[in-house]
Amino acid sequence: MRTWKVWEQQLARGISFLAAYSVIFILLFLLFVVFSKGLKALSWETIFSLPKGGYYFGGEGGILNAIVGSFYLSVGATILAVIIGVPAALFINVQLIRLKRTQNTIRYLLDALWGIPSIVYGAFGFTLMLLLGLHASLLAGIITVALLITPILVRAFDEVLKTIPVELQEASFSLGSTKTETALRVIFKQGLAGFITALLLAFGRGIGDAASVLFTAGYTDNIPVTLDEPVATLPLSIFFQLSSPIEEVRERAYAAAVVLTFFILLISVSARFLSKRYAKNIIK
Amino acid sequence: MITYPVFSYQKAKRMVNHQEKQTPIIEIKGLNVRTREGEILKNINLKIPRNKIVVLLGPSGCGKTTLLKSLNRLTDLHKELQVSGEVLIDGVDILKVSRDLPAMRQKMGLLSQRPFPLPVSIYRNVAYGLKLKGIRNKDLIAHSVETNLKRVGLWDEVKNRLNSPANSLSIGQQQRLCLARGLAVKPAIILADEPTSALDPISTRIIENLFKELKEHYTIILVTHVLRQAVRLADHVVFMYYGDIIEQGHPDDILKHPKTEVLKKYLVDGN
Ligand SMILES: Nc1ncnc2c1ncn2[C@@H]1O[C@H](COP(=O)(O)OP(=O)(O)OP(=O)(O)O)[C@@H](O)[C@H]1O
Ligand SMILES: [Mg+2]
Repeated sequence: MRTWKVWEQQLARGISFLAAYSVIFILLFLLFVVFSKGLKALSWETIFSLPKGGYYFGGEGGILNAIVGSFYLSVGATILAVIIGVPAALFINVQLIRLKRTQNTIRYLLDALWGIPSIVYGAFGFTLMLLLGLHASLLAGIITVALLITPILVRAFDEVLKTIPVELQEASFSLGSTKTETALRVIFKQGLAGFITALLLAFGRGIGDAASVLFTAGYTDNIPVTLDEPVATLPLSIFFQLSSPIEEVRERAYAAAVVLTFFILLISVSARFLSKRYAKNIIK
Repeated sequence: MITYPVFSYQKAKRMVNHQEKQTPIIEIKGLNVRTREGEILKNINLKIPRNKIVVLLGPSGCGKTTLLKSLNRLTDLHKELQVSGEVLIDGVDILKVSRDLPAMRQKMGLLSQRPFPLPVSIYRNVAYGLKLKGIRNKDLIAHSVETNLKRVGLWDEVKNRLNSPANSLSIGQQQRLCLARGLAVKPAIILADEPTSALDPISTRIIENLFKELKEHYTIILVTHVLRQAVRLADHVVFMYYGDIIEQGHPDDILKHPKTEVLKKYLVDGN
């Protein structure tokens, strides 16, 4: 009996050990492959210049169009998502406070939206784009990516708001704050670390997604100046270069992947750093 | 430079003549609080005398916290609660005010069961209420922070770390910080809901002694489950049971010679 228990424990420990380390291993392997292939082709020119004629056949130039384009698109989408998401999260937590059923249904639906593959958002965004009379452009891309990341943002904000203790609000009100003062000086401060993490999470999802912008953002070798122009993105830039029959161009795809991975890592590290920094005052 | 009449409350208080001092600071008339499920407070009528410690006693769930929260209308935060009746604070019915509610609430400092400092530094916690009052003068704020932290005996412990987060203090220190924060807005009343239940014996003693000093200038309404604390502090005891006030009066009468069976039972179980 006893030996079986000991054996069982060791087995469980072994499995969790393997599972944990295989995840880390896969991540490191992925980074190794991307960086070892990509760093060869990466140069200042890749980052700081636009593709010149024949770039996709091995000509000169870089992927500045995609770097800036991705940035424009994700920033735009995140702003749009915040504009929709903040009132939505507040609505769930303030107006619906008595209607637990409705609250939970909405949360469930948002979680379901989170799980929908981004190609479906892409297809929906495409239909919406035609419906609105737009063509593939920065604006259409922003709208589609915003559709993709808004549920994530709302739920993440909602989770933060949910954890803010009502006693903290009582303390603020009893000191004589109005609702606005309580929201800005207490709830905002208490939630700031969480809000920043949520924001960067949504931003990261937006910058890395290819499928949602496939039909809606278009592609261009230039940097768009208006919302009406098509825009290049890093994921699509990788996709196009990787589909090339030319070895050199395929290597450049990895260079673009290095840039994208670097951005994603940067976002996650700054999320960590910022949330730590703003978490120091949080009341538990 | 504009100076602000910070001591106006004190001045006003000095002007109050003796006779007015005898009138209750809070008068509750026919207060009802109910939810869809049922009544929490049933037709409460109560007068709270000035500069006394009034202790609310009663078994768990009898409505003590709800009564405290109706006094400064924190019941507003719980939309499911329907409140009716009158709660006169110095003659003004707080249940009827709308625009002046923040100012009315500043007449009452709140201490909750567990301390909830604001998510800012120690200094800013005490300065918070002053800033809400529109006081911007840095020296004035610094002075008030120091005075109030000294008052609760926290100054020496925190004077070198005023900019640290308030959550870095121990629970006992946090509770004293919350008291200092409340005192800084110069209330007339302190609402204390089991303020020592999360504290160690030493911190509890500190708070109790503070209350004894503070009643010179403040009216204190204290909810407690500790009968000995009630004996130590109370000038007036109110015993509640299922949303009703069953007995009230001088602690010697209430605690030594209870009239009703429920109170007798409560006192026996409590000891
Ligand atoms: N927001 C609310 N919604 C529904 N019922 C509530 C609400 N707040 C309080 N109650 C109910 O009202 C009754 C009194 O609660 P209250 O917290 O005032 O009791 P209490 O005397 O402070 O108890 P304790 O000594 O345990 O703190 C309880 O039955 C409680 O369940
Ligand atoms: Mg209570």
